[in-house]
Amino acid sequence: MPLALDDPVPAFTLPDTDGQPVPLTGDDATATVVVFTCNHCPYALAWHDRINDVARDYADRGVRLLQVNPNDAARHPRDSLDAMRARVARGEFAGPYLHDESQGVARAYGAQTTPDVFVVGPDGRLAYRGAPDADHGDPTLGAEWLRDALDDVLAGRPVRRPETRPVGCSVKWRP
Amino acid sequence: MAAVSRPGVELLYWDGCPSHPEALAELRAALADLGRDDVEVAVRRVEDDGQARAEGFVGSPTIRVDGADAFPPDPAEPPALTCRIYRLADGRYSPTPDPAALRASLARLLSAR
Repeated sequence: MPLALDDPVPAFTLPDTDGQPVPLTGDDATATVVVFTCNHCPYALAWHDRINDVARDYADRGVRLLQVNPNDAARHPRDSLDAMRARVARGEFAGPYLHDESQGVARAYGAQTTPDVFVVGPDGRLAYRGAPDADHGDPTLGAEWLRDALDDVLAGRPVRRPETRPVGCSVKWRP
Repeated sequence: MAAVSRPGVELLYWDGCPSHPEALAELRAALADLGRDDVEVAVRRVEDDGQARAEGFVGSPTIRVDGADAFPPDPAEPPALTCRIYRLADGRYSPTPDPAALRASLARLLSAR
């Protein structure tokens, strides 16, 4: 069953690029953002800075942002763990960059593209799913759909635009 | 009278990348800007890894003129069913080529025939 809005989201723990286990939820997280992303997709790269700006801008409000690479690195070497480590070492990520080697988390969430954004409320339920904003080519949009969703979750009100169409490269599943 | 051959402009794409409609529109606009509305664009779908290898297809979209890539990839770039990464003039990543760079490349390749 695909994950639907207001469903409890599947818990997970995935390793970061140092191999340290990182759980979905933090003790004091007011909201958690899970972004399926990768190294080789121009859509993910185009939105990358906007998404990481959200992580920085909302960190002091208790928002946790986890970026998860689910792609099959055997067929797409740019998505290898080494390539992930190199990007983290260059300071490209504002939070953990997690390796979903089995692709189990991506399957559990029904991730379709990179990027594909999921916002989890403090109750552990899915509050937003979709794209960061309306146009990968317009940096001035600033991931506004994601920001709107977080603002609504943090204010305790219904998310004004809870679902949008994820846009990007298809997740590269193993054959 | 000798026949005049038209250049073979191709757009190769893969369904797993949603950029090809935009790329095709920008390709046709670039040809129009160059006064080459007469050039037909062959749009071809790459369907599997074997075809990607056979075509030397390094990602979607790929634009070629008489077989020459409008944006020659790194020779080490492996053929793959993937989205191709382009850079815009200001350095931003993009799933489609920079429109001005595309015009310039097409102009060069078409004039070289």
